[in-house]
Amino acid sequence: MTEFPKIQSVGLGGVLVTFGDKATDAVNRAAIAFHGAVDALALPQIEESSSTLVSAFFRVDLASHGFAPLRDTLEEVLAQQDWLAADLPAGRTLWTIPAVFDGPRAPQFGEAAEAAGLSGAEALAELTGTRLRVLTIGFAPGQPYLGTLAPHWDIPRQVGLTPNVPQGALVAAVRQVCLFAKDTPTGWRHVGQSAFRCFRPTAAEPFLLTPGDEVQFTDVSVPELERLEAHGVDGTERAVLS
Amino acid sequence: MTALHVHHVGPGVAVQDLGRPGYLAKGLTRGGAADLLAVREGAALLRQSPELAVLEMVGTGGTFEADTDVVIALTGAAMTASIDGSAVVWNASHMLPAGASLVIGPTRAGTYGYLHVSGGLATAPVLGARATHQSTGLGALVAAGDVLPVGSGTSPAGMTLPRDGRFDGGTVRIVPSMQTMDFSAETRARFENTVFRRDPRANRQGVRMDSDQGFSNPDQLSVVSEVIVPGDIQIAGDGAPFVLLAESQTTGGYPRIGTVLPCDLPRVVQAPAGAELRFAFVTLDEGIAVQARADAAWAGLAKDVTPLVRDPADMQDLLSYQLVGGVVSAMDEG
Repeated sequence: MTEFPKIQSVGLGGVLVTFGDKATDAVNRAAIAFHGAVDALALPQIEESSSTLVSAFFRVDLASHGFAPLRDTLEEVLAQQDWLAADLPAGRTLWTIPAVFDGPRAPQFGEAAEAAGLSGAEALAELTGTRLRVLTIGFAPGQPYLGTLAPHWDIPRQVGLTPNVPQGALVAAVRQVCLFAKDTPTGWRHVGQSAFRCFRPTAAEPFLLTPGDEVQFTDVSVPELERLEAHGVDGTERAVLS
Repeated sequence: MTALHVHHVGPGVAVQDLGRPGYLAKGLTRGGAADLLAVREGAALLRQSPELAVLEMVGTGGTFEADTDVVIALTGAAMTASIDGSAVVWNASHMLPAGASLVIGPTRAGTYGYLHVSGGLATAPVLGARATHQSTGLGALVAAGDVLPVGSGTSPAGMTLPRDGRFDGGTVRIVPSMQTMDFSAETRARFENTVFRRDPRANRQGVRMDSDQGFSNPDQLSVVSEVIVPGDIQIAGDGAPFVLLAESQTTGGYPRIGTVLPCDLPRVVQAPAGAELRFAFVTLDEGIAVQARADAAWAGLAKDVTPLVRDPADMQDLLSYQLVGGVVSAMDEG
């Protein structure tokens, strides 16, 4: 078994620091916190950086800067604290996003609740009562993977793909909820529908969400969602987390 | 302002540049031209910044007309090209007189051809770049009737660069990546010894490699989705390798057996469907040394630019050629 944290080169394009081989809450928190700490150092050779479910990535031209110097620097930062116990960065945002959780706009809500061993009411209470962390952004621009739901939500991806789940959909699998940035075929179950747009190319804020942010869904009626959609807004509210 | 008018255009023509860095954390890959060497060759021919935007063409080009005299350059996959009916050579710069018809036809070798314009294409940037990111819908393919604004530039016509051998496959060097050691030594050796053919299924996100071999790692279902860099070779569920390119997703859940060196990626990108490709591991240190030499060569392309020497017998109208312009301007190299 490999030891974590682990520092690796990624092609000649950067350095990856991985905190575990499973996307647990603590491992993800470590990746986000470490990413934030290294970012704050503003190391000149790092051109940009990101965090994934379990790792922090630093994009560096290794042909220009080599691997060892940055590896040594990252090792020093790793040694500064127990990153699995680290706090998330300050100044994160809590987003409240309205969504529909029943009927044809949430066609697999019942199936997912059953797979989690919950009644519909219990599943709704958990999906709207849990503050979910943005674990990472990826796959499509601005698209968040949210977690971590309680262990009984460790429901597998379905074997067959649903051909086209729409933008703004909430889909669930493996204790996570993903909020789709665009229409996507998926094996995750379509449990809710929001009007949230993850990527707004021409807006002043093209991407709203950042890893470490928190998201809380609120249950709204179909007419309310349709009203938001008709006005081209998503009803999202934001608050700064202290 | 000069503009390039698009009268006809093929189905795979788009504005590109060096891409849109800085948004990895937001789930948006850099994108940009598939063959970055071709972009640099065009910049060297036109003596301008490689950051200026170009037209990337797949399969065929189109019919273009400029409303003022402008110097153009053609690089990457060779395509048939003519100006007002007279054939013009690839990997060279040419004067495109105002109102003349530039016709760029089917690809003759390679996959991605490039049309560069002195001053660069000056379309409106989105998120800091002009690159069309087709997989995420940033920007649109060029369509007939489009008028593409062109920046101001002073470039010599009648210059050329030697062509390299990157347009028909060959061996590309790879360095170990995050999950390379998760593959058995036998699988890695077999991967290096396999002659692949570039699958017709390819786009700006990735290129599939065909063979009668599979390279699956039995543990791969448990891989957590992890960051992708251009050139990563992922082994998909059916065991086939995919070389991921600039417009891939930011992360992926299939294991990577290795990563193509950036300097060898144009060879993968330009290999036409069916071309043979092989992969050869080098160590990280070797890869760094090879890439550093290539970076220096790419940065020094301008010194390889020479005047285009033509055989007068091939010229339909000798007087229409600027025979000395390039020679003169080659003297003021900075």
